[in-house]
Amino acid sequence: MFGLVPAYFAAGSFGSLPALLAFRAEPLAHLRPLDIAVIAIYFGMVIWIGFYLKGRSNTSEEFFMAGREMTAWIAGLSFVSANLGSLELMGWAGAAYQYGILATHWYWIGAIPAMLFLGLVMMPFYYVSKTHSVPGYLHLRFGEHARILAAISFATEMILMSGVNMFAMAVVMKVVLGWSLTFSILISAAAVAIYVTLGGLRSAIFNEVMQFVLIWGGALLVPILGLIQAGSVAGLKRQIIANMHTDSYFHMWRDTGHFASNPMGVHWTGIVLGLGFVISFGYWTTDFLVVQRVLAAHNLRAARMAPIIGSYFKMAVPFIVILPGLLGLVLLQNPDGSRMQLVGQDVVKSCTADDSASQVDAADCAAAMSKTTLPADYQQKVLTGAPGTELHSYNDALPLMMVRYMGPGLLGLGITALIAGFMSGMAGNVSAFSTVWTYDIYKPLINKQGSDSHYVLVGRISILAGVIVSVGAGYLVQHAHGIMDYVQALFSFFIAPLLAAILMGMFWKRATAPAGFLGLLLGIVSSVGMFIYVKMNPAGLATIALSPDAKPMAENLYRAWWAFCIAAIVIFLVSLVTKPKPVAELDGLCYSCTVLPKQEPVPFYKNVWLWALLAVCIFAALNILFW
Amino acid sequence: MHGSGIPIWFFIGVLLLIYGVMILGYGVFELATGSYPPLVELTNLHTPIWWGGLLAALGLLYVVKFRPGRAS
Repeated sequence: MFGLVPAYFAAGSFGSLPALLAFRAEPLAHLRPLDIAVIAIYFGMVIWIGFYLKGRSNTSEEFFMAGREMTAWIAGLSFVSANLGSLELMGWAGAAYQYGILATHWYWIGAIPAMLFLGLVMMPFYYVSKTHSVPGYLHLRFGEHARILAAISFATEMILMSGVNMFAMAVVMKVVLGWSLTFSILISAAAVAIYVTLGGLRSAIFNEVMQFVLIWGGALLVPILGLIQAGSVAGLKRQIIANMHTDSYFHMWRDTGHFASNPMGVHWTGIVLGLGFVISFGYWTTDFLVVQRVLAAHNLRAARMAPIIGSYFKMAVPFIVILPGLLGLVLLQNPDGSRMQLVGQDVVKSCTADDSASQVDAADCAAAMSKTTLPADYQQKVLTGAPGTELHSYNDALPLMMVRYMGPGLLGLGITALIAGFMSGMAGNVSAFSTVWTYDIYKPLINKQGSDSHYVLVGRISILAGVIVSVGAGYLVQHAHGIMDYVQALFSFFIAPLLAAILMGMFWKRATAPAGFLGLLLGIVSSVGMFIYVKMNPAGLATIALSPDAKPMAENLYRAWWAFCIAAIVIFLVSLVTKPKPVAELDGLCYSCTVLPKQEPVPFYKNVWLWALLAVCIFAALNILFW
Repeated sequence: MHGSGIPIWFFIGVLLLIYGVMILGYGVFELATGSYPPLVELTNLHTPIWWGGLLAALGLLYVVKFRPGRAS
């Protein structure tokens, strides 16, 4: 469940996760028996749930769609939880430490409008068409070729993401707790394999909801105690301005008028078009990993309400992610009492030996540190290897804050929340993979005549196979570090063209099957092409992002925007010269050709539009408040 | 969870109740013995007691409200 992280961090923090493997004498935290007990109970609980749900996952509808009987609350929490993994938590806490509340864009404009759009406009189509997957919708709208292309690319992405996710979890556990990579990978893979194989999507959803509660139970203490220690929000703001000599850490929009005016090197057009529209809408409305959760709702009203409920929780997540990062700026201290300054992963790597037998290259380390704001005397201490002068990366901000406030038991709860995030992320990947593999690859291409129980068996086997391939992919990443950047970038390759295909398919009845397939294909090819172009020629970033001041974050936003435009233009042009489907065949697939089922009257407080409107008001107020 | 069977909220209640009791228990032990973990900040707030108590209370509420067999 890398969710939105890879697109933004492909060239940044978690893009260099393998670098975290650099040898550290001491892990960040030491677990006590009480902490171990807390973690063990969590593992026991998920296995128990898996065995309990096995008896309720016998038909394909139960196994792949959780029986379509989830309430709006469960589907909504699962929906938002599918994007609340540990990498997201740690990565964005680190980003907040680095960039301030600019990072909040990825939680607000990068999610809320798209979630509301899914609930209000798109969900009826997905739900009424009774499709099992997003590639399934493409099949109905654009035919077999588009489905197969989307299914194969999605399945590949899911399985590789799962592997990278697993490896990333193992690396974090090694850094935070000192656990071996193999131990973390095997334990988590075995637990996920057991509970998802037994209970299918229902089991994955149960664990996502549980993870959501655990994350709040485990991480909420950090901002509460941090604010007490910092002397409220006013105290935090005062200290950050005193330390950093700028108030830009508290403004989301004010400094985005030019690429050079903000530390992310982004422009508001990139945030609005690239993030707020293409990436956000692409992820939240067409990525099957999250859409599958909403499709499991027990009726259309619940399916529409689920993303709207999720939007409220999504707006609250910065409290446990962004705020700890900001608090870290003023509260984290070195053992000698001085303010701790976190640095980039590249600096940590340069100044840390790869293993206990090797030496740090002092010149490399000095050169890397010279680009930071670390005080000169501290740099000298690091170079001489003085005790207590270990460097920490931005990504360590959240674990460091946890260790700062959480004693035995509470620390175990915090670590359990991180593990739960990793595991439910992996479960989400393999359950989505299993559905797409079974319905959109195996069934149309290999065995069209299988019985229902046969497809359930194929689903269970594909989960096991998916976990095994994921473990293999995890080890592959460990031994070929460069692959990680590419695997993480996969996410951004598919999502923008897919959004163009689905939006034009839903809202333009003239869009034709060949156009949908070609638009999807050329959109993916152009996205990959832009990625390779910038990889081979870093100066190309200025071309993609339209400014010499743009930074890698901006490239991700603009690449998505251009890929979307290319796919949309191709679909438009090819549709003009090819024959469209008769309108009668577009019932349930295209907005203007579908009579949506009338919903039973409900009291005003259950009206989806009311809650969506309230969410819009809160969203607007938050953006104005932190302008 | 719609339909029959044990609701997810019951599982969550069980987990929170167990965690709450464990953390609260440790907090009471900490308070009684006066032995606080080194390097942990704000131990004077006795966080394990009130946070553990909160988790336990929430867990108990969910266990009772969503216990198997209870009509919804």
